Amino acid sequence: MESHHVEEPTQFDLLRGAKAGNFSAFQQLLNILQPRVYGLAWRILQQQQDAEDATQQTFLAMIEHIADFREESSIATWAMKIASNNALKILRKRRGLNVISLSQIQSEDQYSDVPTPDFIAPWAKPADELAQEAEVQAELDTALSQLDDKYRLVFILRDVEGLSVRETAEALELTESTVKVRLLRARLALRERLTRKFGNALQVVKTTHNHS
Amino acid sequence: MNCEELLKALNDHVDGAELTELCEEFSQHLAGCNPCQIVVDNIRQTISLYRAGEPYEMPAAFQERLQQSLKSRWEEKFGSISTGSSTVGFRETGLDRPSEN
Repeated sequence: MESHHVEEPTQFDLLRGAKAGNFSAFQQLLNILQPRVYGLAWRILQQQQDAEDATQQTFLAMIEHIADFREESSIATWAMKIASNNALKILRKRRGLNVISLSQIQSEDQYSDVPTPDFIAPWAKPADELAQEAEVQAELDTALSQLDDKYRLVFILRDVEGLSVRETAEALELTESTVKVRLLRARLALRERLTRKFGNALQVVKTTHNHS
Repeated sequence: MNCEELLKALNDHVDGAELTELCEEFSQHLAGCNPCQIVVDNIRQTISLYRAGEPYEMPAAFQERLQQSLKSRWEEKFGSISTGSSTVGFRETGLDRPSEN
């Protein structure tokens, strides 16, 4: 017997609609994507006005190119790539001409001299419990904002947004090996800072051998 | 594998908050090295904490501006937007979380 249940359109259906020029379908896609696009822009830029600009530019660019989107990745990944690109442009403009290109290979992009973990202790509370505490978000933002741009971008795309190493490399125009080294530096730097904050000081572990 | 080699191999084994594809060398070192166990766990917790963070709210005034600007660009590109049942405003559709695919 026919059911009268109306199924929600999938992202695939919405994309089909948007490509055919249906604005309502595009709006619904935007509705799904906007928390991630705005969140990504905010995390990279750490400033509301700039995050708004990057978000708007991202959706305008999606309108511009949606008909040509070849669906080699999910639409969310495509949106994340465009958003990171727009956020990068704003970051470069903000930093002025003195900024070194983020894609330029630098001496830190090697595994040698990666800083070794110093403060080693299990965390006093699990992450999901900490996430409920009001002051923790501010601490996370501060830790992220103090990371060098080139490490912050890789961490946000790979670890927070869940892009693959290859997708992160494509979005930032880096090689996969550079992404991996920068990711390791980002993870270690954030671990160090957050463990000093959230680690159990009574359970600090001293390394008995060279931990480098 | 020593501690330094374990650190270098971390990227291939820590995906989000998960440990994946543990090779024997990695597992063996980890099993016998308490500092490395804690460092790996700290990193997984760090990633989990960032992923669990509150979503950033888009200000309502910006939502309005964004909507207007996208609508204008859409009309420039695809022609006028028909009114009626097909124009469901995104403010009415709520703020769904993205579905992973």
